[in-house]
Amino acid sequence: MTQNKYQTVGTSVKHESAHLHVTGRAQYTDDIPEVQGTLHAAFGLSERAHARIVSMDLTAVRAAPGVVAVITLDDVPGEKYVGPVIADEPVFADGKVDYVGQPLFAVAATSHDLARRAARLAKVEYENLEPLLDIKSAADKQAYVLPPARISKGNVPETLAQGPHRHQGSFYCGGQEQFYLEGQVAYALPGENAEMQVFCSTQHPSEMQFIIAHALHQPAHTVKVQCRRMGGGFGGKESQSWPFAAVAALLAHHTGRPVKLRADRDDDFMMTGKRHDFRVEYDVAYDDDGLIKAIKFEQQLRCGYSADLSGAVADRQVFHTDNTYFLETFDILSLRVKTNTQSNTAFRGFGGPQGIMAIEYVIEDIARRLGKDPLDVRRRNFYGKTERNVTPYQMTVEDNVIHELVDQLEQTAEYRRRREDITRFNAQNQVLKKGLALVPVKFGISFTATHLNQAGALLHIYTDGSVLINHGGTEMGQGLNTKVAQVVAEELGIGIEHVRVSATDTSKVSNTSATAASSGTDLNGKAAQDAARKIKAVLVAYAADHYGCDTADVVFRSNQVHCGERVILPFAKFVQEAYNARVPLWSSGFYRTPKIHYDFKTLTGRPFYYFVYGAACAEVIIDTLTGENRLVRADVLYDAGRPINPAVDIGQIEGGFIQGMGWLTTEELWWNKDGRLMTHAPSTYKIPSISDCPEALNVAFFSNGNVENSVYQSKAVGEPPLPLALSVFFAIRDAVHAAGNQPGTLAPLDAPATAEQILRAVHAVAPRLKLPELATEHG
Amino acid sequence: MRQTVSFYLNGVLQHVVPASPTQTVLQYLREQAGLVGTKEGCAEGDCGACTVTEAALDAHDNVSFRAINACIRFLPTLDGRAIWTVEGLSADGQALHPVQQAMVDHHGSQCGFCTPGFVMSLYTMYCNGKVRPVREEVLDHLSGNLCRCTGYRPIIDAALDMGNYPAPEGATMAQVQGWLKALRDAATEPLAITESAQRYWAPCSADQLADLFLAHPDATLLAGGTDVGLMVTKQLKVFPKVIYLGNVAELDVIRRDETSLYIGAAVLLNEGYEALVREYPEAHELWKRFASMPIRNSGTLVGNVANGSPIGDSAPLLIALQTRVVLRKGNARRELPLEDLYLDYRKQDREPGEFVEAIKVPLRDPALKVATYKLSKRFDQDISAVCSAYALRLENGQVASVRIAHGGMAATSKRATEAEAALVGKSFDESAVTAAMAALAADYQPLSDMRATSEYRLQTAQNLLYRFYLETTGAAATRV
Repeated sequence: MTQNKYQTVGTSVKHESAHLHVTGRAQYTDDIPEVQGTLHAAFGLSERAHARIVSMDLTAVRAAPGVVAVITLDDVPGEKYVGPVIADEPVFADGKVDYVGQPLFAVAATSHDLARRAARLAKVEYENLEPLLDIKSAADKQAYVLPPARISKGNVPETLAQGPHRHQGSFYCGGQEQFYLEGQVAYALPGENAEMQVFCSTQHPSEMQFIIAHALHQPAHTVKVQCRRMGGGFGGKESQSWPFAAVAALLAHHTGRPVKLRADRDDDFMMTGKRHDFRVEYDVAYDDDGLIKAIKFEQQLRCGYSADLSGAVADRQVFHTDNTYFLETFDILSLRVKTNTQSNTAFRGFGGPQGIMAIEYVIEDIARRLGKDPLDVRRRNFYGKTERNVTPYQMTVEDNVIHELVDQLEQTAEYRRRREDITRFNAQNQVLKKGLALVPVKFGISFTATHLNQAGALLHIYTDGSVLINHGGTEMGQGLNTKVAQVVAEELGIGIEHVRVSATDTSKVSNTSATAASSGTDLNGKAAQDAARKIKAVLVAYAADHYGCDTADVVFRSNQVHCGERVILPFAKFVQEAYNARVPLWSSGFYRTPKIHYDFKTLTGRPFYYFVYGAACAEVIIDTLTGENRLVRADVLYDAGRPINPAVDIGQIEGGFIQGMGWLTTEELWWNKDGRLMTHAPSTYKIPSISDCPEALNVAFFSNGNVENSVYQSKAVGEPPLPLALSVFFAIRDAVHAAGNQPGTLAPLDAPATAEQILRAVHAVAPRLKLPELATEHG
Repeated sequence: MRQTVSFYLNGVLQHVVPASPTQTVLQYLREQAGLVGTKEGCAEGDCGACTVTEAALDAHDNVSFRAINACIRFLPTLDGRAIWTVEGLSADGQALHPVQQAMVDHHGSQCGFCTPGFVMSLYTMYCNGKVRPVREEVLDHLSGNLCRCTGYRPIIDAALDMGNYPAPEGATMAQVQGWLKALRDAATEPLAITESAQRYWAPCSADQLADLFLAHPDATLLAGGTDVGLMVTKQLKVFPKVIYLGNVAELDVIRRDETSLYIGAAVLLNEGYEALVREYPEAHELWKRFASMPIRNSGTLVGNVANGSPIGDSAPLLIALQTRVVLRKGNARRELPLEDLYLDYRKQDREPGEFVEAIKVPLRDPALKVATYKLSKRFDQDISAVCSAYALRLENGQVASVRIAHGGMAATSKRATEAEAALVGKSFDESAVTAAMAALAADYQPLSDMRATSEYRLQTAQNLLYRFYLETTGAAATRV
């Protein structure tokens, strides 16, 4: 390890709210003391997947105990349709419903319980329309929320035909509910002169501000949105906190009283979108070493009933379909399929994991067909350093470390030895089978929508030396505020205990981007750094002038300011003097990511400032009688550049990995034949629990700086760890193949690899374990 | 009639008239007591964000501490008990309890929303003397707490390290015991509440209970409330009459006589299973996988049986073991084999005013080979797709008797009589087992739902029988 030349940056400072978390004193939106007269709201939701509303009788709702107001689309004074990119979602159903769970109306009552009870009393008459419920049949009907997109290069049909090996395949991968522990919630307080203050658990306060302003038909300056912290977001509170923010504000506007809207868990599940599930069909040609000669993909992404962020999600899937591999001749078609289900939205990775999964599935299939170790086929296809280094979207990969990183993990995880051990184990065990997989990840960092790559900050130094920083990012547990405080403390040479990060507030830093795309620290850390440096420059000039030293000799360090060799002042005393000398002690800061550009029509350009690299090696064991499985060991090597806070980054890596494992194993979203989601609470939707964390979970940093000028040479850490969990999925598939023990045969394993999926795949490749034909054959 | 619920909250005596008998502890804490550290994550006892610590006296007046889910626990059931919330651990928010400090030092919180629940589960362990737990104990005690951020590793590390911090000052066990005894002595008459057109009784004797239920056969019997609680928070049901069993000390008994293990209706799942596992160690994994620690600390074993859910995990094993239920109506008692209690989906051979007073599990026959298996999407705290149980007696390699029962395969927990018949009298070998596996298809026509398809259920029921055969004969390793 190189020695840390910084005082605060690079150290594992505790999460700035950790002491509040453990004492229950951390305030979430629902914990804000309620103003007298506060009303509580609940939604009435659609019971049908696709239907015309013949009539909606709300008499009983209005007459229910405690009810103060009931509103429908007619009661929206401003814009009735919203959406982060295209305004295609009505605030409440507009004459028809497009999914089970769509809001029809909202009720405000004197208590949460009374509001929920009242909302169930509506009498709605529907006339059913034909619903689109599964991806394939919707894709066959060319039902899209946005037009298809495609990138291709070379003569794909001809190269495919040339082989020398060629095969086709397809698979399905399910979606994933964000399952933030804190459900969606907003608390709106009407003020004087049309003002509306809204506390909201959201990753995107500015977007909430604009949606509220538009719905209320008021200018944006009347609306203030604040978020102290979220109890988890994971993308689910990027665009889709809007129904809660907007409807709380509409009801507050309508009643003139404060209104809190806290969705109960089932309503949250039924209303909001999830990670996009998808189908992939592919056609690939490769040589004897497994080198891909040509590849053709059709990716069918389930977007749900509206566009939401699906265009950008689908783009990012396309942009990650190369993962760490050079594709010379390719054709990638991305279909943004419309269905009568929740509108799928951002979820950590935002299409990236889906793209990576597509190519990794193919790589695994090639290796299996050729009888090679998948790691060897992966290596054969890696991007080169100076050649074979241009992505399908025409960006040159300049910071490639995947060769060294994978070499290192192969050694530390003892991949080859364990591969032999597992082969031996599998030969000796009839019922249990083990599997192993090592999966690399390359993840592009930046919003693909170039204009979002900007951030602002507002820094105040008070005359007692205490510092308050506000920035446009939001804290959802990822430690953004901790890292920003570290940056500010480092810049000003003061202890982090002197720096406080205030709640995100649209009246302090305006026009903010969502805290998303792993970019929170990259953008807001830089903006805060800019603000600190601006103040510092003024202070340095003042000190040089006042104490007659060279500006280069003014040093801020260890809560002191050195002005030349003789004068050393405590920071607090120094800023008091500066104030007395009428030096401004506050500044704004701004940052925009350089170098990036991207043409969304051709899907080409440089959408990413840099790439994050990582790899994971997973070993699993499966039971071929039941499909039960367990992750035995996982080793992760991750390139976080020079981490600003190693402990926070480890937390993101491990948390992302386990969350990704949930996506690919136990987290199954299940809709019934009527299009009703039946897994809508933790009783039925199973995210990983504590026993799912393997005892052998070894996470290490790959020693690397960022070749680009990022904040303290750090790299992003929010999303890239999640697709590392593909190692678990492919280790399971490896174990399934071991059960079959038929070289060249491909196990049709879909995700999530639930016990049932695994057993089905086992049966597809393996004769039942010495069991004679049973009376009832299935599968 | 005593209408006031008396309990200690963070060491301070409270006398509260509930807004309604089915007001939850969480609603009370957040909306009335102003203690918002305890969170609502799901309102169904599945995420653990609402975990608080309850203390109660056992039959010997010892204090036992239990982590419980405040979201589905009704306020009146706290009568005579003590609870602590996360706010109670550190009076000033500065001097942290060892479990809190360990969580901070190990970076055990990210978004922090689940953290109070984890802290309270760890605190409960700590209070019960598990200050230096081993990993397996940590996983068991935290099986009811979900975290979406950390991946759990730092939380496990914090738990394993909490014993290395200086012990805190706080209420002593003797103090808590004193509070609880004083509450009991002060409660001269049973709690009986009428509020918002709802009635609630908490009788103190089995006779009172029997009389009340006879007089009000339409009342809902409430034990742990881990199912009834959900009907309130999720289905918004209103229960006009509730009779609570939890204060009937006579029903909180476990007795072992010459022939059977007697487990009363108020015995908690954890305690009931502990006794059952002492007799049948094969049930250990089922115990640990039965819901979660806080659910097992609230729910009762008899409640799980009397609820009659087709996916209740206790019934298959208890049926295989020839358990009998003791039914009581007024002063009349009768006994039934457990499998005869279940008539059809949520239909039981139980008359109005009649309740399950206890179960009687036969003592172990040393020759009996027993196993019970549970299949679900997740290892911890999940509802079974299939739960199977076997009790087999071999004589000279021949099947002298066998009982096989399943949950998740029919409208009730149900015996596999065809499969049993295929085995009895045969030598216990591959061909007999194969025939029995095929016969399971005649025993069951399972449903498809979000937990599993009909095909998977039947296939794995067959395969689990094969697993039982392999394990019984020691032929192969079968558990992941």
